[in-house]
Amino acid sequence: MDVRFINPFINSVRQVFKTMAQLDITVDKPRMKTNETADVCGVIGFSGDAIGTVVLSFPRDVACKIATSFSGVEMTVDHPDFSDAIGELANMVAGGAKSQFPGVSVSISLPTVAVGRTQPISVTTVPSNSPRLIIPCRSVYGSFFVEVVVVIPKMNSTCAPAVAVAGVGS
Amino acid sequence: MKIMLVDDSRTIRNIQKKILHELGYTETAEAGDGAEAISMFKDVAPDLVLVDWNMPNMDGLTFVKMIRQSDKKTPLIMCTTEAEKNRVVEAIKAGVNNYVVKPFTAETLGEKINQTLTRLGISAPQPVAGS
Repeated sequence: MDVRFINPFINSVRQVFKTMAQLDITVDKPRMKTNETADVCGVIGFSGDAIGTVVLSFPRDVACKIATSFSGVEMTVDHPDFSDAIGELANMVAGGAKSQFPGVSVSISLPTVAVGRTQPISVTTVPSNSPRLIIPCRSVYGSFFVEVVVVIPKMNSTCAPAVAVAGVGS
Repeated sequence: MKIMLVDDSRTIRNIQKKILHELGYTETAEAGDGAEAISMFKDVAPDLVLVDWNMPNMDGLTFVKMIRQSDKKTPLIMCTTEAEKNRVVEAIKAGVNNYVVKPFTAETLGEKINQTLTRLGISAPQPVAGS
């Protein structure tokens, strides 16, 4: 993955969580994805000059605390607005990052949120062998990670954003 | 003064409502997408609209274009994650009066609303005491 696409996500995660949830985020060194899983995932797809996804991936308790801090309302995964809150955080992280992408114009999808122990997220428009990056994040509420894959297609075609979540179970 | 909030995220609408209430804007109406907002617009008769860009059914840009076909006066503020300059220009050409990029602080949202109303010669309400 082009390293120029990494910093926009790091900057955006820090800014979104600081501004909207009053949380300072410490970002550790990004690494290639192996077999990480999570309880709660907020997914946004990219399409246009570049295609890919960003996935905010949280343990359940961390997601609840962050959603509570963001919304100002006590949140559990059963709260009717829990998925909405996680999806909106993913939306803001994706939107903030794409505005910093170097020389490419992309559109973002509406958010998809998966609750339950998830297997790897797959994106139908991104080749399955595309490298996926994990950006580890720490907050006072616990650790989470941001999974990023961004690919610039060889042919400059427009792809509809499409996101599939595989193997979701509670 | 009645402010219409158009955003598919109820969390964002609740955050906006809380900020607006503290600023003295106590009357709000809500819509979850552009189509719903269009259907409510005449009945609600808002004094100002905060509208998101990316929404299901009808996006915010389409909403703005449709409203501006018959209403040139009601202040419309786009509140969105779309931060690129070409997007801002596109929204202004469509007829928005101001632009707020998410994530936003309470101060930024308040400033943009007051700035918009001042430009149009409309008085802003007094902030709610104690906020």
